Amino acid sequence: MRLMNRNPSRTTALFLGLLPFALLAIVYVLASAARLADNPADKLLPSLSTMAETFRIMAFEEDVRSGDRLLWLDTAASLWRLGLGLAISATLSLFIGIFIGFLPYGRAFLAPFISAFSMIPPITVLPILFIVLGLGEASKIGLIVVGTAPLMIRSLAQTVLSIPREEMVKAQTLGASSWQIALRVVLPQIWPALITAIRMGLISAWIFLISAEAIASTEGLGYRIFLVRRYLAMDVIVPYVAWITLIAYLTDRLLALLSRRAFRWAHLQGDAL
Amino acid sequence: MSGAGKAFVEARGIHVSYDGNPILERVHMSVDRGAFVTIVGASGCGKSTFLRLLLGQETPQKGEILVDGKKIAAEPDPDRGVVFQKYSVFPHLTVWQNLLLPAEIGGSPFLARLFGAARRHAEEAAEEMLVEIGLSHARNRYPAQLSGGMQQRLAIGQTLLKKPRILLLDEPFGALDPGIRADMHVLITELWRSCGMTVFMVTHDIQEAFKLGTRILVFDKVRHDPHAPERFGATITYDLPLDHKAKAAAALPPGILKTHSHQGVDVHA
Repeated sequence: MRLMNRNPSRTTALFLGLLPFALLAIVYVLASAARLADNPADKLLPSLSTMAETFRIMAFEEDVRSGDRLLWLDTAASLWRLGLGLAISATLSLFIGIFIGFLPYGRAFLAPFISAFSMIPPITVLPILFIVLGLGEASKIGLIVVGTAPLMIRSLAQTVLSIPREEMVKAQTLGASSWQIALRVVLPQIWPALITAIRMGLISAWIFLISAEAIASTEGLGYRIFLVRRYLAMDVIVPYVAWITLIAYLTDRLLALLSRRAFRWAHLQGDAL
Repeated sequence: MSGAGKAFVEARGIHVSYDGNPILERVHMSVDRGAFVTIVGASGCGKSTFLRLLLGQETPQKGEILVDGKKIAAEPDPDRGVVFQKYSVFPHLTVWQNLLLPAEIGGSPFLARLFGAARRHAEEAAEEMLVEIGLSHARNRYPAQLSGGMQQRLAIGQTLLKKPRILLLDEPFGALDPGIRADMHVLITELWRSCGMTVFMVTHDIQEAFKLGTRILVFDKVRHDPHAPERFGATITYDLPLDHKAKAAAALPPGILKTHSHQGVDVHA
């Protein structure tokens, strides 16, 4: 049988899926053990137990200076910025995306602008945001919006445009107005695409969040990583990176699950990651 | 060609071209109320374009289309229902929701949703149609979970709930198995008789055209330039009433509907 036609069983698939993680862990443990055998004070590749202990302290013990439990403080601050930024982007992309995709006038008015705007490297806007909005929350959330909204808008507008022309004509022959078609034909078909757009947006949202926090912040996951970098505190950085990855991964899975549960019709055909 | 009385649907001197290439030229047609007009012709000779003109999805560069003596609107409206070969139902709505939609659109301009007595009224009509198109067992399925024939039955049912005076069918059964297709012929004939609509159906199946139609229109190019096949558009070359179907079939020269090769075998008209 051709390789392309062979499918792994459930257990095999699970094993294969876990294999790269296990390999990475093994390589790390071996390398770390080798370095620590040379120099027990080595900071570059701390042992798993050291990282676990540091993570426990960050999560459950109050910071001597501020009295905060730093991991939760940082996580809450970062998730608030990320969530608010993406919520704004999602709202913008829903309205502007439909406006561009559904109405020829909307397309003529905003499509060239959004296309041009989405080409701005968002990081270059960060100084402008800091100057205009100050160093507070607004500029960090602003960066996430600038970084994610244009692409999400374009993706949603494209989804609206690719709704078959036949559906639009059919709705008109049922007597529907533009408003009714937007509400009953376009909008419901866009929800799953919005979730996909958010999942795509999450990737860049994290990048911009960490960048903004690294430059000007007093708490947040990105702030902490860049703060302890000065002390080569790999035992903080590595668990923080793993923690961020875990949060991002779980958010992505949850959104995928939400889409399958809430919009069953959109997942009746084809495989999706 | 049309019988006695005033024409119901009329096309006068229609001319359509895309990017300077004529697709249709000098198309004249006059159809009585209640006719079942089948439209046949080789691929790319403008049958579907003509249907889109009747629908109002496109407007001709020259000429006009009249319904009941009035020029048709330049956009689709509930007067003219349509069923396409694909995508004629809404994929995010179940069979039941698809059948409720026409009433919800008609009865609720802002929300397009009905409640209370109005909803119960709409549900009765939807229920009746559900039985008529034989989809009662599939009411909670999404279109993607239906076979091609069931999807087309749903599309026809949804369209007819709006009681259009004119029904436009663009190769509606083209993707179906022969057995299913025969069932659909029975269904559409019954619905046409009971609703008293005027039907225009584009098909590439000549037998289907003869079987269903009371009148058959053949679209073809009358003039050919072998060096520039795009030079001339098509028009109605045969317009046959099918009251005596056998006679009409005999009137068509053999091979009229074979795909054109335009490779120098055509004689200049």
